[in-house]
Amino acid sequence: MTHSSLPERIRRDFPILSRTVHGKPLVYLDNAASAQKPLAVIEAQREYLSNYHANIHRGAHHLAQLATEAYESTRQKIANHIGAYTTDEVIFTAGSTDAINLVAQSWGRTNIAEGDTILVTQMEHHANIVPWQMLCEEKRARLIPIAVHPDGTLDLDDLDQALRQHEPKLVGVVHASNTLGTINPVEAVCRAAKAAGAITVVDGSQALPHLAINMQTIGCDFYVATGHKAYGPTGVGFLWGRKALLNAMPPWRGGGEMIHSVSFEGTTYNEIPHKFEAGTPHISGGIAFGVALDWMNGIGLESIHHHETELVHHAQSALETIPNLKVIGTANQKVGVVSMVVDGHHPYDLGTLLDGQGIAVRTGHHCTEPLMAHMGLSSGTLRMSFAAYTTREEIDRAVIALERAINMLN
Amino acid sequence: MSADLIASRQSEVIEEFSLFDDWMDKYEHLIELGKDVPEIDSGKKTDEHLIKGCQSRVWLAADEQHDGTVTFTADSDAIITKGLVGLMVRVLSGAEAQAIADADLQFLDTIGLHQHLSPTGSNGLASMVKQMKLYAAALAARRS
Repeated sequence: MTHSSLPERIRRDFPILSRTVHGKPLVYLDNAASAQKPLAVIEAQREYLSNYHANIHRGAHHLAQLATEAYESTRQKIANHIGAYTTDEVIFTAGSTDAINLVAQSWGRTNIAEGDTILVTQMEHHANIVPWQMLCEEKRARLIPIAVHPDGTLDLDDLDQALRQHEPKLVGVVHASNTLGTINPVEAVCRAAKAAGAITVVDGSQALPHLAINMQTIGCDFYVATGHKAYGPTGVGFLWGRKALLNAMPPWRGGGEMIHSVSFEGTTYNEIPHKFEAGTPHISGGIAFGVALDWMNGIGLESIHHHETELVHHAQSALETIPNLKVIGTANQKVGVVSMVVDGHHPYDLGTLLDGQGIAVRTGHHCTEPLMAHMGLSSGTLRMSFAAYTTREEIDRAVIALERAINMLN
Repeated sequence: MSADLIASRQSEVIEEFSLFDDWMDKYEHLIELGKDVPEIDSGKKTDEHLIKGCQSRVWLAADEQHDGTVTFTADSDAIITKGLVGLMVRVLSGAEAQAIADADLQFLDTIGLHQHLSPTGSNGLASMVKQMKLYAAALAARRS
């Protein structure tokens, strides 16, 4: 089967793709914000809620056991999917933001002291900036950005220099940029950071839906991702961490589930992963997240990445024909993200007029304000982002709609 | 009565927009309105008058008149936002402070543009309306 037939095979799995918006067939090009859900994921949540809902890890009864098994099977699926060394290195979180905050509040508050430095790249999502900023403020530590080249690739010389000059305790890097699409050489970044004695945190939010990822080859210390960008539900994601680090880290949130025994004289904590999972989690979401991973693996990430790479090339060459349009982020290695600006037109206007034609895109700074400021794009960009089900025809429709929007504004 | 003035201006806008069934025609009209909005005094296009939305920026200047009415001028860096801002100014500017503070602005809803008033403030319009009302309420309180 050829790659171009991928959407043909899978689009029927996504009920939402056949709806209309403002009377026009929906063209959903906001996948970097959140991907749509296949029937298997929708059905998994319905099935759980209809047939075996119960709280997990505690009840002695049959339903509690079924729910626990289903929820824990996702932990196993995540561990397999990312090449974790052991399953208990996978901590369920509410998403990537929650996972980074966990590292900042637990590892960070224990290990970062006054005068220390944390490095993050200039292209990080706010989720991999603000938790470190809050930590640095509390600890009187410094947060320093690593520069990005004008084409949207990471300045590795600047990284090397910053590692030597600042001897950071931690380096944060996004695996794939949500604004530019750039796939960063995270293996090289983690190697360099490790050689300089720094702990590494990789934000894999945009990588999980597009790339095969493996903890053992990336060489990071922490890796985070979220379910909803990878065809799963919102409100569930994971933190992967090296076992020795996780074991040494104090719990962050206190409550049920995360304890071993509780008395008013003192409480002892559970082992990993439960030590970091206080309270009842998003059980239906966790179960369906595992189904989403199965769904992606059923297609194969290589096929998905190949298809999306073709879409990026197709989109970029079609967009080139529009006068005064500039693609922002032209790295060779990209996920399915194409950001652009059109001279003289505000992205908000263009996005609004695309919406009127049934085309869903994102406009603005995409939660990467420092990157937009660095690139001199104060109004942000218009971003089209693709998924496994996106077709070339949809991109062609979006390009025609964009031309119409520009004509209306001229 | 200023309250009647605001109500009749809203009716006028609703009637004007009722001419357009199609979404795109409505926005074409909004763009034309945006282009016609008088430029705000460059002296007022300052950070002091800036309402920062998540996406587009809005500048708003309010001037108290001797008769207790308020004159607004506003601008935006996005043309559609500017059209919307222009509609707000058209409905509220020149009305009495108390009437502005009390105004029930349902016209955006009626003409189907309410999504631009999203409370997350993606375009700054919702914050602008809040500012207009706060300014008017403060002025009305001072004068009473």
